[in-house]
Amino acid sequence: MKLSKIFFALVFGAAMLFSNISIAQHDNDGHDHATHEDGAHSAKKFSAKETAFHHIADANIYSTGWMNFPLPCFLYDKDRGKLSMFLSNKFHYHGHHGDGSEIVDGYVLNGGTVMKIANPSPEMLSEDHISIASKDTHPFKFEKVTVGGKENEVSYFMHNGKRYDLIKKTTLDAGVFGGGLTSFYDFSITKNVASMILVCLFMMFAFFSIAKKYKTRDGKAPSGLQAFMEPIIVFIQDEVAKPFLGNSWKKFLPFLLTIFFFILGLNLFGQIPFLGGSNVTGNLSVTFVLAIAAFFVVNLSGNRHYWEHIVWMPGVPAALKLILTPVELLGVIIKPITLMLRLFANITAGHMVMVIFVSLIFIAKDMGGDNGVAIAWGTSLASILLTMFMMSIELLVAFIQAFVFTILTAAYLNAAIDEGHDHDHDDAHATAH
Amino acid sequence: MGSLAGIGMGLAVIGAGIGIGNIGAKAMEAIARQPEAVGDIRANMILTAALVEGAALIAIVMAFLAG
Repeated sequence: MKLSKIFFALVFGAAMLFSNISIAQHDNDGHDHATHEDGAHSAKKFSAKETAFHHIADANIYSTGWMNFPLPCFLYDKDRGKLSMFLSNKFHYHGHHGDGSEIVDGYVLNGGTVMKIANPSPEMLSEDHISIASKDTHPFKFEKVTVGGKENEVSYFMHNGKRYDLIKKTTLDAGVFGGGLTSFYDFSITKNVASMILVCLFMMFAFFSIAKKYKTRDGKAPSGLQAFMEPIIVFIQDEVAKPFLGNSWKKFLPFLLTIFFFILGLNLFGQIPFLGGSNVTGNLSVTFVLAIAAFFVVNLSGNRHYWEHIVWMPGVPAALKLILTPVELLGVIIKPITLMLRLFANITAGHMVMVIFVSLIFIAKDMGGDNGVAIAWGTSLASILLTMFMMSIELLVAFIQAFVFTILTAAYLNAAIDEGHDHDHDDAHATAH
Repeated sequence: MGSLAGIGMGLAVIGAGIGIGNIGAKAMEAIARQPEAVGDIRANMILTAALVEGAALIAIVMAFLAG
């Protein structure tokens, strides 16, 4: 039980901490929002790619289909050594594009994401807030620049005839995905963090009430939520924990269940239409933390047999060992990396496909010319059917990916705690698999 | 993204598609032959498919980084 609590704290705490220092979200993919899907700015061409990236990205406001909720911002500026705290509605954003029309403390809200002004004028830092745009206009533009062979986008806005460049928040990807270490950190409760807190609260409520029921209704048939959850819990116990973990399944079951329900809950929450559609398990930072948890659980519980087979494989010629050892050592790291990428790629792809199927309507409108609107109405029928079909597949994927993450963690654990059949002691568990 | 990276991604997906297709086909055969073992077969099918998918994902991410 104690082990499970530690991992519970580790996974959730770390996931929340890391999730807004997002590793590879294309947060700032060209939010020239005249290209957005609402059709109000039909002068420019609609870009499905930008829309899709915008919708899978994290944001500092929580947009549902009809309402925008402000979220608290905690921004730390390295150069000034200043921590700014305020609610994101101070930016005066409008619509669900999330372009703020006010400068607060040298920060602006560009496409739902907080960005820092690279060269702020003194009054931008001293004044409480400065207006840079009237309502319903899009002050931010971007241009592509090539730095060191990589194409990057630099966002900027014009104010009083002067150009102000914007800096993205610090990410941990060392610039691989266009971010890197910059001059400010964003510790805000972002959309992803808010969804994670919501889901965790719901989970805690659900599971504490279930746990209580097992005490009060001891010996009776399960009822209500308990009856709904019990088959899922027993499924993980009987199909994942017991076959893979032999005698020590009880020790690791809480960890496996935590991972399973955390991923499943967030997968399902992200698929509810008009509820933000937050892409939490499709955020590399979140899956990174989950993979790190799996990595430590597997390797810290690895026994002598496991390490022996990695470092110095018995029964293999010495020359071959020189090749095998690096490969096995790489395998130790690659296993959690694939866990991380699999969940991230599957959920992100699901969210993007959904957005792009909806985007078909607007692509058709652009292609249709004069008859664009009529063609768009016709396309929308096909688009809605396709989207609903994809959503049912994504519902399946939500379960499968949660299950795959859990079963692979169990399989790696199995390799780590397996005593090996050649040692011929305590054979009871060997019959289990 | 460069078009070469796109081709690389496509190749990785072809490989994974063939692999996962084979796994699915064999699992279907196995279920048809032994319907009572459907639970075990399905769990193992998903596990193996996930492993194949892992290799393809690494290739795709590498293509992303190169592109």
